[in-house]
Amino acid sequence: MSDFDAEAMIDAMAPFLGLTVEDDYRAGIVQHLNAAWIIAQTVLALELKDDAEPAPVYRP
Amino acid sequence: MMVFDSAAAIARAVKSRTRTARAEVVDCLARIAALNPTLNAFTAVTEERALRRADALDAAMAAGRDPGPLAGVPFGVKNLFDIEGLPTLAGSKINRDLPPAHADATLIARLEEAGAILVGALNMGEYAYDFTGENAHEGPSRNPHAPDHMSGGSSGGSGTALAAGMVPLALGSDTNGSIRVPSSFCGLFGLKPTYGRLSRANSFPFVSSLDHLGPFARNVEDLALSYDAMQGPDAADPACTPDGIEPVGWLLGRGVDGLRIARAGGYFARGADPAAFAAVDVVAGALGADRSVDVPLAAEARGAAYLITMAEGASLHLDRLKTRHGDFDPDVRDRLLAGAMIPGAWVAKAQKIRRLFRARMLALFQEVDILLAPATPCRAPRIGQKTMLLDGREMAVRPNLGVFTQPISFIGLPVVSVPIWTKGEALPIGVQVIAPPWREDLALRVAGELERRGVVMAPVARPQ
Repeated sequence: MSDFDAEAMIDAMAPFLGLTVEDDYRAGIVQHLNAAWIIAQTVLALELKDDAEPAPVYRP
Repeated sequence: MMVFDSAAAIARAVKSRTRTARAEVVDCLARIAALNPTLNAFTAVTEERALRRADALDAAMAAGRDPGPLAGVPFGVKNLFDIEGLPTLAGSKINRDLPPAHADATLIARLEEAGAILVGALNMGEYAYDFTGENAHEGPSRNPHAPDHMSGGSSGGSGTALAAGMVPLALGSDTNGSIRVPSSFCGLFGLKPTYGRLSRANSFPFVSSLDHLGPFARNVEDLALSYDAMQGPDAADPACTPDGIEPVGWLLGRGVDGLRIARAGGYFARGADPAAFAAVDVVAGALGADRSVDVPLAAEARGAAYLITMAEGASLHLDRLKTRHGDFDPDVRDRLLAGAMIPGAWVAKAQKIRRLFRARMLALFQEVDILLAPATPCRAPRIGQKTMLLDGREMAVRPNLGVFTQPISFIGLPVVSVPIWTKGEALPIGVQVIAPPWREDLALRVAGELERRGVVMAPVARPQ
């Protein structure tokens, strides 16, 4: 883990998004933010070329 | 209706006038009434509508009209499908306040045009953000093979209804694994078609760039029959292919000769209970598939699908999170609130990885025709279980049951989940038979061959 602080993120983001976070929601949100952070490291570590395109109109 | 009857057998009996559609529906409704109080598969039973339709079908046949290939076959749908006259719950309490749907979902209409008869709406994880089959508002849909265990989600009621023999056919949705996980846990055949193959019109969405709809059945013929009846363009779903129908039913007998079948290695060969890999061994052994191929970027693909799901799911529900946050299932609410905080830069990168992974997989499909992979990392956990031990690591149950399904649906590949039973084990586990885009026929041919050889099967659960 990094020094990423999920509690601080919730405190900053919830008012920014206009969301209410009751006390009993916090533990769950922290858990999911930490899980997302861990999973995101694999995604962020992959090097993409500058011309990599998304698939906005998706056709398999 | 005998509880073990297949959809095909029911249709044959009705078409030959051996049984009436009404008799089939009456038997089906009685079975639901007997079992649903303990197993909790159905959230609404459309009894009046079903009997009315059965009578109309019987009258049409008496007048000499063809009732269709699914004549008199009762079916249920996950309660995110619109049913005319009912609010579309999508597993939520909040949606109970919606006005009744003004029309049926396209796929319901197509099955009924083919002679099938809707008997009700099925329990599901709230807003489809679930792999467990649990639901805070309705209670869990239970696994008929071991009722203290999960049915799998989010199409949990679909799995329960099929495995209990309440219906011979059910529809579900699959964004990250929600058809394949219940198929694995409940021991069923499930088809997640190619992204864009079947219309999603008039169903409640979750992550529109990843949402698929598809059928569950207890045999491959029924899966193909229903799939063929539901194909076709639909301008009401922008993702639905405008291309023509490609029926598969007539191809099922072709077997697997000439198909290049390989096990998915690397990412798909670690991080699970040995039972998951043993099930793949059984299928690979039966098919003579001794080759294993590494699937490039699978972990990155799973991560990208995970992040897109969090962000798109939160975007869909953002206003409800502001105004109705106390009415969500707490497990779903907390995950959606976290999803609202995912950075846009992560999601944009995840979408680029989707395209890259698609290119790598299309290259891989130049070498192989079918990939085999576990459907779930374990057999069904107990209801309420929060963590599980996989490969020596304690993992959260809810987000990780889809670890093997998520990369595959991410790029919309067609998959049939096939059920494997091991002597001495009460619960089954599934294997994904994965085909290139638009080649549902190949996955169904392989599933059909495995079924003919007795390797895979979907028995109705014995009463517990």
